[in-house]
Amino acid sequence: MRARVLVVDDDPALAEMLGIVLRSEGFLPSFVADGERALSAFRENRPDIVLLDLMLPGMSGIDVARAIRSESGVPIVMLTAKSDTVDVVLGLESGADDYVVKPFKPKELVARMRARLRRGEDAAPEMLTIGPPGNQITIDVPAHTVTRDGDEVKLTPLEFDLLVALARKPRQVFTREVLLEQVWGYRHAADTRLVNVHVQRLRAKIEPDPERPEIILTVRGVGYKAGTG
Amino acid sequence: MSGASPDEFFRAARAGARGLWRRVVRRLTVLFVTLEHTWRRSLQVRVVTLTLVVSSLLVAVFAYVVAYRSSTILLNRAEETVDNQVESGSRYTYEQLQVFGKPFEPSVQSTMQDIVFYLGGGNSQDPGAGLVVLTADGSVDLNSVQSRSVSIGEVLTSDIRNAVGAGQKASAIRSADLGAGRIKYLVKGTPVRTKFGQVQLYYVEPLTAQDSAASQIRTTVLATGGTLVLLLGLLAALVTRLVVRPVRVAARTAQRLSAGLLDQRMVVSGEDDLALLAASFNQMAANLQRQIVRLEDMSRLQRRFTSDVSHELRTPLTTVRMAADLIFAERERFPADVSRTAEILQNELDRFESLLTDLLEISRYDAGFAMLDAEPTDLVPLVRRAVDPLRGLADRAGVRLDLDLPANPVIVEVDPRRVERILRNLVGNAVEHGEGKPVEVRLVSDGAAAAVTVRDHGVGLKPGEEKLVFNRFWRADPSRARQTGGTGLGLSISLEDARLHGGWLEAWGAPGQGAQFRLTLPVRSGDRLTSSPLRLVPDDAEPVALSGPPATAPAVAPPATPAEVGR
Repeated sequence: MRARVLVVDDDPALAEMLGIVLRSEGFLPSFVADGERALSAFRENRPDIVLLDLMLPGMSGIDVARAIRSESGVPIVMLTAKSDTVDVVLGLESGADDYVVKPFKPKELVARMRARLRRGEDAAPEMLTIGPPGNQITIDVPAHTVTRDGDEVKLTPLEFDLLVALARKPRQVFTREVLLEQVWGYRHAADTRLVNVHVQRLRAKIEPDPERPEIILTVRGVGYKAGTG
Repeated sequence: MSGASPDEFFRAARAGARGLWRRVVRRLTVLFVTLEHTWRRSLQVRVVTLTLVVSSLLVAVFAYVVAYRSSTILLNRAEETVDNQVESGSRYTYEQLQVFGKPFEPSVQSTMQDIVFYLGGGNSQDPGAGLVVLTADGSVDLNSVQSRSVSIGEVLTSDIRNAVGAGQKASAIRSADLGAGRIKYLVKGTPVRTKFGQVQLYYVEPLTAQDSAASQIRTTVLATGGTLVLLLGLLAALVTRLVVRPVRVAARTAQRLSAGLLDQRMVVSGEDDLALLAASFNQMAANLQRQIVRLEDMSRLQRRFTSDVSHELRTPLTTVRMAADLIFAERERFPADVSRTAEILQNELDRFESLLTDLLEISRYDAGFAMLDAEPTDLVPLVRRAVDPLRGLADRAGVRLDLDLPANPVIVEVDPRRVERILRNLVGNAVEHGEGKPVEVRLVSDGAAAAVTVRDHGVGLKPGEEKLVFNRFWRADPSRARQTGGTGLGLSISLEDARLHGGWLEAWGAPGQGAQFRLTLPVRSGDRLTSSPLRLVPDDAEPVALSGPPATAPAVAPPATPAEVGR
């Protein structure tokens, strides 16, 4: 099945070029040029992945990402010309899963998209439980659901993958680089802020007190690990 | 312990004494340090202390002069009085004893009694009154007579008796107990000639009145002086407080200003010098605030501009890049010339892209918007990460990359992306200029600082090039063909990256001996570096260059030295 891609970019030349590249790689792209119409196009097309320019007329890419995230967990990859800390972190915090800095190589972009789309192959029944006693969450891997105290916690696919990666090997400390490889699919080390921001987002959803995390613990100078009893 | 020998006891006692002494010394040291600190810190304490010391000295001198002069005057008065008494007494005695020719005449002794009775003012037994003594010379067979019977050995000492005995007048002050407690007496003696020989007349007058007057004067002077000193101290404290308080307020306001609270101002009251200080201070603060706000605005505009230019340039570059990639992937289907064109286009786009990235990075530094995103990071894998992508380049250049890394993690608070970029630059440089010889990378930490050295054995650096390598777009040898097509900004950016960490980036090199770059970073972000755990000049370097002065850079001083090209 060909994956549907929604490209949100105001530059017609770039959009057309992206279309050529994506089609040649077997994607089914659709385009929208401004932020205002991005959300309606998203609802209409039900894409499998969104490519989102950060600087848009009308509504900024960050607002679009926030709007999409509020109603769907579909992967969002930002296209950004700004690699400054603030812009990238803002984009990630508003819900983007990954980002590509312009000018990017087409292969790089496609690899990033594939990494976000690859998932759900391992359908073996698997239930994971992490967290200290009295503060545990349960993960049903094939069903892609996370519950705490019987209530389901809504996670995006990326957050889910991150949580499963940590939960499968409790007590093991994961460096940010290892997580980038396992969850994001980077073969060479990339921006570790991706991990930091998404761990914060994940904590905000599953920790009773995100300031004092008990389920995903920081190991200073090394990385993260799942908290256990 | 019961079985302790005296030896042990003394040893224990000595140890105890030493401990006590040490404690006392420590206490005193602490006290001294505290006092010294207060002295240095407070203008008010200094002024008040100085006022107290100087006024105490002045008052002491003044009091001494007054007390000395007044007691001298009192004593002189007393002496005059007694002198008059002695004079008239001696005349009276002479007249009374004139009638006797021989000492053993029967009524001499009784006449002497009468004289003393008369001169002593009657048969006085008042213990506080004076005393008159009439005595014949020892050779004469007459008893000494005194107006009151007390022991007078203490007042009529032999030196006075001898002097009077030799026919001279004598005068002295003696302290003695003649029935009224131990007080001072003025003793005056005079010889009186008679027909039967010489007799001696002594007046012993108590100086009680003079003494008490003198001590009253002393007390008064001391009390007044003490009060004066205290008042002066108080006055100094008040006056300095008056001056120091606005100064302190100004200092506090200045601190707040420098902490970024730009709208802090002082209260201006009155029209005196202090009000002038406050007004000038406020004017200065207002000017500073205006300047800072203006610079901030400019800076914001610059950042906006950099960001916008970045976006505007990058979007078309992305499109071109994708188009070029597509053409490049299909190049085999084109004629040879066009195919080669596609390759050149691809390579030059890479260069264009890295140049743009570096330019934007350096403009961020110039605008002062580079931010340190420090987190505790293990440098060992970070060095590997920086080196690994360059292995392909190294293989093509025939350069062996030797890593000398510690077995344990080296956790340092750094911005990993920046440090990785520095190391990539240094190693890429070394590979490019290594002339096929091995490149060595070492990492060492000493707990306070971590250092990475990158050594190559290429052409090295000429004397004087040490400082140039960090210049923008500087190239060691403009005629040499470039292999990696660096932008010429790599080392400039690396130097800025190192400085942002509070670290050092230095270079050493000598012609024919290659070059070594050293990056030193503080283990805790924000700490000051004092030394580097690795030497800048490699151990195998020859101390003197083949010709000309040695091209070594100072080993410790921050950014120094040699090397080669940007990136």
